[in-house]
Amino acid sequence: MTEASLSKTPNPQLLPGCCGLGCPPLWASVLTAPTMAALRLLSVWTLLLTVTVCDGWLFDGFAARRHSESDEVALWPLPQKFQTSVDAFRLSSASFQIVHAKESTAGPSCSLLQNAFRRYYSYIFGNGRKHGKNLENVFDADLAELQVQITSADPECDGYPSLKSDESYQLEVNQPTAVLKAASVWGALRGLETFSQLVYEDDYGGQNINKTSISDFPRFAHRGILLDSSRHYLPLKVILANLEAMAMNKFNVFHWHIVDDQSFPFQSRTFPDLSHKGAYHPYTHVYTPADVKMVIEFARMRGIRVLAEFDSPGHTFSWGKGQTGLLTPCFSGSSPSGTFGPVNPILNSTYDFMTRFFKEVSTVFPDAYIHLGGDEVDFSCWKSNPDIQKFMDQQGFGQDYRKLESYYIQRLLDIVSTTNKGYMVWQEVFDNGVKLKGDTVVEVWMNNNVDKELQNVTGSGFTAILSAPWYLDYISYGQDWKKYYTVEPLNFEGTAEQKKLVIGGEACLWGEYVDATNLTPRLWPRASAVGERLWSDENVKDVGSAYDRLVKHRCRMVRRGIPAEPLYIGFCPHEYSGN
Amino acid sequence: VFPSSAFSFFCQTLLLRVFHEVEQAYAVWPMPQQMSQSTDRYPINPQLLAFSYARDSAAQSGCSVLDAAFERYFNLIFPDFVGLSNIWSEPKPFTVSVKVKNGECDGFPDEGSNESYNLSVSAGQAVLKAESVWGALRGLESFSQLVYQDDYNLYFVNKTEIEDFPRFQFRGLLLDTSRHYLPMPAILKTLDAMAYSKFNVFHWHIVDDPSFPYQSRNYPDLSSKGAFHPMTHIYTQSDVKRVIYHARLRGIRVVPEFDSPGHTQSWGKGQPDLLTSCYKGKVPSGTFGPVNPTLSSTYQFLNGLFKEVTSVFPDSYLHLGGDEVDFTCWRSNPNVQAFMAKMGFGSDYTKLESYYMENIVNITAALNKTSIVWQDVFDYRERIPMDTVLEIWKGVPADYRAELGRITLAGYRVLLSAPWYINHISYGQDWRNAYTVQPQNFSGTEQQKKLVIGGEVCMWGEYVDATNLTPRLWPRASAAAERLWSDEEKTSSVDKAFPRLEDFRCTLIRRGIQAEPLFVGHCKHEYSGL
Repeated sequence: MTEASLSKTPNPQLLPGCCGLGCPPLWASVLTAPTMAALRLLSVWTLLLTVTVCDGWLFDGFAARRHSESDEVALWPLPQKFQTSVDAFRLSSASFQIVHAKESTAGPSCSLLQNAFRRYYSYIFGNGRKHGKNLENVFDADLAELQVQITSADPECDGYPSLKSDESYQLEVNQPTAVLKAASVWGALRGLETFSQLVYEDDYGGQNINKTSISDFPRFAHRGILLDSSRHYLPLKVILANLEAMAMNKFNVFHWHIVDDQSFPFQSRTFPDLSHKGAYHPYTHVYTPADVKMVIEFARMRGIRVLAEFDSPGHTFSWGKGQTGLLTPCFSGSSPSGTFGPVNPILNSTYDFMTRFFKEVSTVFPDAYIHLGGDEVDFSCWKSNPDIQKFMDQQGFGQDYRKLESYYIQRLLDIVSTTNKGYMVWQEVFDNGVKLKGDTVVEVWMNNNVDKELQNVTGSGFTAILSAPWYLDYISYGQDWKKYYTVEPLNFEGTAEQKKLVIGGEACLWGEYVDATNLTPRLWPRASAVGERLWSDENVKDVGSAYDRLVKHRCRMVRRGIPAEPLYIGFCPHEYSGN
Repeated sequence: VFPSSAFSFFCQTLLLRVFHEVEQAYAVWPMPQQMSQSTDRYPINPQLLAFSYARDSAAQSGCSVLDAAFERYFNLIFPDFVGLSNIWSEPKPFTVSVKVKNGECDGFPDEGSNESYNLSVSAGQAVLKAESVWGALRGLESFSQLVYQDDYNLYFVNKTEIEDFPRFQFRGLLLDTSRHYLPMPAILKTLDAMAYSKFNVFHWHIVDDPSFPYQSRNYPDLSSKGAFHPMTHIYTQSDVKRVIYHARLRGIRVVPEFDSPGHTQSWGKGQPDLLTSCYKGKVPSGTFGPVNPTLSSTYQFLNGLFKEVTSVFPDSYLHLGGDEVDFTCWRSNPNVQAFMAKMGFGSDYTKLESYYMENIVNITAALNKTSIVWQDVFDYRERIPMDTVLEIWKGVPADYRAELGRITLAGYRVLLSAPWYINHISYGQDWRNAYTVQPQNFSGTEQQKKLVIGGEVCMWGEYVDATNLTPRLWPRASAAAERLWSDEEKTSSVDKAFPRLEDFRCTLIRRGIQAEPLFVGHCKHEYSGL
């Protein structure tokens, strides 16, 4: 009764390719002949697994595979350069430590790293979990510690991550000490995540790690997740848990679509009525300044930028409740109909409000960018309003309401520029010919003509980020992560210069059908597919080997308390227990 | 007229706003057959709410099902009750008096159970009358949904009369614990939520190809070799007992499914020679197909297994599966070919499957149980006892309507699950599709329509485990629940159902069920977990 045809169709892409943990040439370069033989044996098992996955029999042959270490390790997203050997070291939960290297420019006063050390120690050993003994495996030695060495003069311990942050790192795991080198704390965070993913549990519950050498850096600088806290309010706990999951997938931007038509949960100090009247509930469904601070700090600790979006002039229905006169009154014939449209672009009071509001926003959110929205403006209300018509005539806009929109956006951009922030906008703002500052980031979200749009945006010299293929709120039956995984952001026609202007992408989880009840399993591990696309080398694109790694990566997330949903039939050694 | 008038005066003087707001009549999901409400409302003080047995009730204190239900519903009605009295609440007692005609306190719900009830809410009391404790449980659920809190957090219930009974006697929900293992809390929580939507059958698709988590007393190797993990991914006998116990207290039957002869890969690991050895040319290929129907050892084993299963699961039904049998392996096996020739089946492998199904249906009948099988068994024209229940799982409405006609014309009882495969997800409000199903809309006589005994919501497990089960089930399954319980004409408008279902999903959240939203909006108390 399970409509086998839907779920058990062999996937031609699941054929054994280069195995997920590094390709043969890489292995060959570091391995001696006898270990190569062992490896061939290993890859036979990997092949067997891959084939069995094709048939839907993930569970077949499992017992036979249980003892191969490499199968236990699943790095996600896959590092840029990676070498490992079968030499394994043991980690003792009693004595293993993560410490600052002597040469490091950061030390115990770097609370960001101190916290990260503790976090990753817990991920590796679990909280207060007893450690088992290895009765069978023979190990050369213990791995005593991981030394973290920050190399720049300024480790940026107290700073905020930015578009320009250096996230690269080098990791050498060797006996008796592993060394993680990074220019700044941001790279160290990424390296700590990788290190924690290298550790695997053997059958006796002991923690092991293989001799490994990694040199890693992100392919794209902007790797974002959009959450929408307006269509449904998202309790703080859910936002924080997802920041945690983002770090596990090396995402570095939380695009907080914080307000929209439906509700205004952002509590403004300057205009408290906005949330008091515009939130679903003035006390239980708001983000207080303390909440926002907590999100920003929690994100900072994980190397994640918080990019706030205050979308206008459309998508602002909830703003109007607490800010009288801000929205355009719509007319029915010659009298106001009592309903309201987009922000009223013809009043000075509008711009006074925006000036004061964005002044506050720019101090609350430390990131160098603010997202100003600018999408999906419905002109029918503007058209109905006689004052707007008069203004259109005065300005010589004729009947082209896009010009009015541009007029508004232009003035808004000028206002935001005075706060010394850069801005991001949805693609319509660019499409409508608004004059943009050189450092504007254009977000391409319309899925009808992505390549052309990227070509145009970058052709005009603007930076772009891509979210069109990654609207994760659109769900469907089956393994749609493959669709997200196989996107190639730079497939458009353009010069090398143009391609460099695509600085990344975002997975968007719009909130029409999503709240705290279903957000986390809907986002993970589907967003992980986007995470690897944005971090790893463009040649890392084999869906079959990605499947094997992603299955284990999702079990790791489950183990760490994130209810990431399954990719397909199978199990995790430690299932999500719920509540 | 009502004793609350004094209180009403008290409120008007102290809390001016309270009585100037006309509270909406509070809805019950699924909608009762007959319900009338007035705007007269009565306060309920948590300190002074009492459940009691009517003097002439067959069930009295000590009735396990109802004693437990009283405690449960007290907590469901007052989710944040901490034992402190609310000084604004009127110090007047409110009694829910329950009268049951026949006890059945220690029995199990089963196919003949009567779930009808009458509920009359007036000043200071609610009178609930039911034939059996199972009907009383449904009435308590309805009562709990009638109680609401005003803006000052005071509890009220409106004057209400309900006369209610289910449209279909079989309202099931299928969980699949083979494709992914579902930990016990996930199953128990689902049973809780089922009771809130008045589902009464938990169809436990307990084993399948991927894993065999049922720990058998007589055949322990089945799970020790066939489960994902022999210790952590199994249901022990006490787990199973606990599920049955938890379900019984909520008036829910537990019908296990041991699907064969297909969907049995995991069985083969712990029971050698049970599965057909597939051949490649003249030699066994090392892979296995469906259960081997040619060996007498097969039937001895199944007799032993079903004997155990029917003693573990008290329900009078046993689901035998019988779907999606792939004949290629049977065809490849020379012993099977020889058997076919001996039996005169020619090369018609559906006859071989029929032979097998007839055998196991007879085993089941000898154990005094009714068999449920998937529609495939009927489609193969198998000779099965007339009390067998067929379950329709295939096709678009035109297909399943035709199948409903054919099966009922042959005189068999039928269950519908084809339109309720809610493991199939899509963007948007797909609960509307589940809601607008018409299970008796097929061409056939009145007699035939009566043979439709109900339906099932199926949550197959390919893409579902404990991480996403609950929000994927609820409130989408609740849409089907109303279709199976309520009057079809009174619930024909999906748009009218929308705001009621929105309220109901917030009720579910308030009760700790992670039910996902229907659309934009909010609940007063949002889900606080992950």
